[in-house]
Parts: sequence; C-alpha cells; structure tokens
Amino acid sequence: MPPTQTQPPTRTPAPVAPSRAVAARGTDGAVAPPVSRRHTRSLRRAADRSTGATPATPLVYLTLAISVLLAAGPLYYMVVMASRPNSDITSIPPPLTPGDQLGENISRVFANQDVMFAQAMVNSVLVAGLATVSVVVLSALAGFAFAKLAFRGRNALLLIVIGTMMVPVQLGLVPLYMLMGKLGLAGTLPSALLPFLVSGFGVFMMRQYAAQAIPNELIEAARVDGASTTRIFFSIVFPILRPAAAVLGLLTFMERWNDFLWPYLTLDAEHPTVQVALSRLSGGYYTDQALVMAGTLLGTLPLVIVFIVFGRQIIGGIMQGGVKG
Amino acid sequence: MVSPFFLLFAVFGFFPLVYTAWVSTHDWSLLAGDQGFVGLGNYRELMADGDFWNAMLNTVAMFVIATVPQLVLAMVLAQLLNSRLRGATLWRMGILLPNVTSVAAVGIIFTMMLSRDFGLFNWLLGHVGVDPIAWQDHRWSSWLAISTMVDWRWTGYNALILLAALQSVPTEIYEAARIDGAKAWRTFWSITVPMLRPTLIFVSVVATIGGTQLFTEPLLFNPGANSIGGGTTGQFQTAAMYLIQQAFTGQRFGYAATVAWVLFLFIAVFSAVNVLLLRRIRSAE
Repeated sequence: MPPTQTQPPTRTPAPVAPSRAVAARGTDGAVAPPVSRRHTRSLRRAADRSTGATPATPLVYLTLAISVLLAAGPLYYMVVMASRPNSDITSIPPPLTPGDQLGENISRVFANQDVMFAQAMVNSVLVAGLATVSVVVLSALAGFAFAKLAFRGRNALLLIVIGTMMVPVQLGLVPLYMLMGKLGLAGTLPSALLPFLVSGFGVFMMRQYAAQAIPNELIEAARVDGASTTRIFFSIVFPILRPAAAVLGLLTFMERWNDFLWPYLTLDAEHPTVQVALSRLSGGYYTDQALVMAGTLLGTLPLVIVFIVFGRQIIGGIMQGGVKG
Repeated sequence: MVSPFFLLFAVFGFFPLVYTAWVSTHDWSLLAGDQGFVGLGNYRELMADGDFWNAMLNTVAMFVIATVPQLVLAMVLAQLLNSRLRGATLWRMGILLPNVTSVAAVGIIFTMMLSRDFGLFNWLLGHVGVDPIAWQDHRWSSWLAISTMVDWRWTGYNALILLAALQSVPTEIYEAARIDGAKAWRTFWSITVPMLRPTLIFVSVVATIGGTQLFTEPLLFNPGANSIGGGTTGQFQTAAMYLIQQAFTGQRFGYAATVAWVLFLFIAVFSAVNVLLLRRIRSAE
C-alpha cells in the first residue's frame, strides 16, 4: 500500500529478516517450536527479555536516565505551556513548572470555532478506528491465505506486496487526489480513510506470524471434518492469530491517529482530523501559544494513554518485527 | 480469500504508481485537467529547475545531519539497553515515548522551544554565552533544528530495532571472544557490527525513504501563509514540500508527478548505494 503510507515508513518494523538472527534466537531459551501457545508467549514476552551478558553499571543507568529525560522533556514542556496563561509565553526566564490554567486553556480549544477541535477528535477516532479494524481483518485474511493456502502466483503476489512497502508516499499523492475528486469524495472524511483500509506491511506481518503459529495438521484435520475455508478461518485461524492481530491493531491505530500529510492535503476545512486541526491552530493569524499547546496536549494524550496501557505489547511488536519481519 | 485485499490494493495502491508516471508525461493542471502529452518535457524542465535542486540539497543535507548521529546514538542506546537492567520494559518505553508523539505535535512543540526571543533553546544557549539564534533564518540553523526534531522522534525507535538484533547474537560468540582476550572495542567492531549488518542495512534504507519524505516538521517550523515555501528563500524547503507546492499552489499536477518519479528513482539509487556500502562491512570481518 505504498502511496498511502503517509507516515514515513520508518514506523513499520523491519521487514528485512536477518536470517542468521532468526536462527540464533534459541539462545535465550529453548528454540521455540512453531506451536501457537508457545509463540504467543514469546511475542508477549519479547519486550521483557533481558539477555544482556553484562549487568548494568550505575553509569548505564545514569546515561539511560538522561536519555529518558531528553525523550520526555519536550512533552513535559508542552504540559507546562498548556497549563499557563498565554502571557507567560513571553516571560524570561521561560516557565519550567506547570501552572493552573490547564482546564481553562482546554475549554478555549474546544470553544474555538475555526478549528472545530471536538469534531476533529471524533473524526480522528473514526478514521483511525475504522482503518484499524479493516487493516487487521483484511491482513489476517490475506496473511492466512499467503501462508497456508496454495494458489497460483502466490509468491509473485507476495513479492509485490513486500515491494510496495518500499515505495515512497509521494508517488501516489497526485493520482489519489484526482481519484478522490472523480469519486466525488474530495474534502470528505472517507477520502482520508479509503486509502488506508489495507496495508502491505500488515499482510506481510500476518503472513509471517500465520506461517509459524498455525500447524498445517490443524487445518487438514478441520478439512477432513468438512469445514469450509471460511469456517476454518473464523473458528481456528483467527483465534490463533489474535496476539499478532492485537499488535498490528495497536501499531495501525497509532500510525493513523498521527498521520498528517494525506489528511492535510485531502480534507477540507469542514472535516479536519486532530493533526490537521493542530496545524491550523498553530498556523493561525494570531499566536496564542497556550491555546496551541493545550490542543497539542489533547491530540497527544490519547496515544500516550494507549502507550502506557499497552507499552509492553507495542515494544514487543516493534522488536519482533525487527528480528523476524 | 486474498481477493478483497487485492481489489482494494489495485485501486488504491498499484494504480497510483502507474498513473503518476502517465500524468508526469502530460501538461496537467489541477483545475483544467489534461492539457496534452508533452513526453519527457517535464523531466527536461525539472533537470534545469533551480528550486528543485535547492529542495533536493536541503533534503539530502537534512537526511545526513539527522541520520548519522541518530544511528550512532541508537546504537549506543541499544548497547545500554542490552545490559541486564532492572525494569527493562520501563526503560524501553521511556526512550520510545517520542515515537508515540505525532509528527505535527513534534513540529509544533519544537518550533515553540526554538522561538528566537522567548524559546527554551535560546535561553539555555544564553547561559553559555550564545546570542539568540533566529533558527528559521539561516540555512544551517534551520537544517539543524529540523534534524533535531527528526532525531528526537526516531532515535529511540531505531534503538529498539537494533536492540532486538543485538539480543539475537548468540552469547557464546561473545564468550569465545572474551576467552581469546578481545577488548570491548574489538568485540564491537568484529562481532557486533557484522552480526547486525542486515538490520543496519534495513534501518538505513528505511531512514532514506523517511528522509526523502520529510514534510511536516519543516512545514510547521514555518507557521504562516507561505509555510510550504520553507523559509524566506526556501532555505529549508524539502523535495516533498516542493512537490506539494507544485501540485497545489502552482496547480501543476503533471510537473508534480514528475518530481515524484524523480524522487522515487533517487531513493532507489540511493538505497542501492547504501546497501552496497554497508555490505562492505563484512570484509572487515
């Protein structure tokens, strides 16, 4: 799905599989047999493994602590600015502790008629949510087919899917824009959603997982019992794919929520997503930094919450993708 | 079973690629539509277009300024995270946090912190005797500022990818090296780097593609009516911004499609060179 991956593809976990690395994974435990439960657990625990040969010294902890401070710093500063009156933006030295105006600034964001922030939040939930459901279901279907069903041109088609992950976004912008015009969708919310209903990366990820996690015998046994392919998919395959599907869903939702370029181009003033609303807020004629920062905080908070709740799964997904891909 | 995927894929994925190539050989306006076939005319014009080459220079420069320190830092972080840590997951979440933040938010927050008169960066620099810098006004300072935004968002992510690769290196190899009396530095260059080669290739190819798509950060770095221009003299306009400017401000779809295809070819060549260079690491083994 190349022209549609508006987010820099750096986001997608590594599809280049270092084959040696895969073979070597056995060193941090037993070599995991391709049995589903085992694999499920390894996926969940990937974020926790600490196979380091050397114990961490105080210097390691100190350096990591500084790195985390640098990582969190700008977000902290966003909170500081979002919770102060706008007049503080011009104070020297710059304020370094949060103030007490957060509620007020947030209500000002929602009251601003130009950016329609509440509508933008709803739009973002719709676009990101629907794209996530679609990507997960279609990727699971296609991934299962690629991994377990024999059909003509299977390998060639899979190569095309992988190839599209390497094609940059800009290549598709012009025709996609024209296409949306032809479909009569220019400026509307569906135009931001449609190109993201499928994902080459998602298919590839589910294929890799399905190939390992689903024993052929299980499918053959179901066939002998007279189950149709559809039945096999919903009763046997999808439950096994669930852990990978959850990770794919999380990554997809974050990517779509944060997406900027395509929504920015295609959506009109009446149908913003959160990110587009933010760019309008910050590009206004007058600069009300407290307002801009409160909006930015609102647009960032949902994903930070998702990240805190599912951090382990997200990290596991990224790292698994990096090694196995 | 695959057919729903391929139906959508054909319409929204493959079709645009071919169609972009087709549009690029036409004089095509946003409003008036197809104005006739011009063959390679757009390509010839582009090769002589100073604004395009300016945007390419900015893109490549920011790619280099951002990527080199980013990969070095990510490698260091990966090494640190690979030691036996208390609360490993929490540390990993900490360094991945910036990646959860949207690009738009990154652009907005950093642009505020980089404000000339009241920004945090200039205030901090003032303590070491540096006069306030107008980050947007100069080529180098704007490149540095935008590269910083990119690195802040992506270093932790790449560190985790490299960490995953590090963990897959068999510990026996390190033990053998230790028994043979290899120093830490020697171990790093002779074992770690060659073992990580496929991952390094992957990370740098992906960074190349991401680098050529740089758009949102420089756009929001320059709030106002002409933000797509990338500064007063286009000192930080990227190739992606130039493409969008041609397509939507200039309404020249054919020309914008040409920019897209030239960029694509550039990425392909650049990635190939990248892979070849990184392959040479093995000869150091």
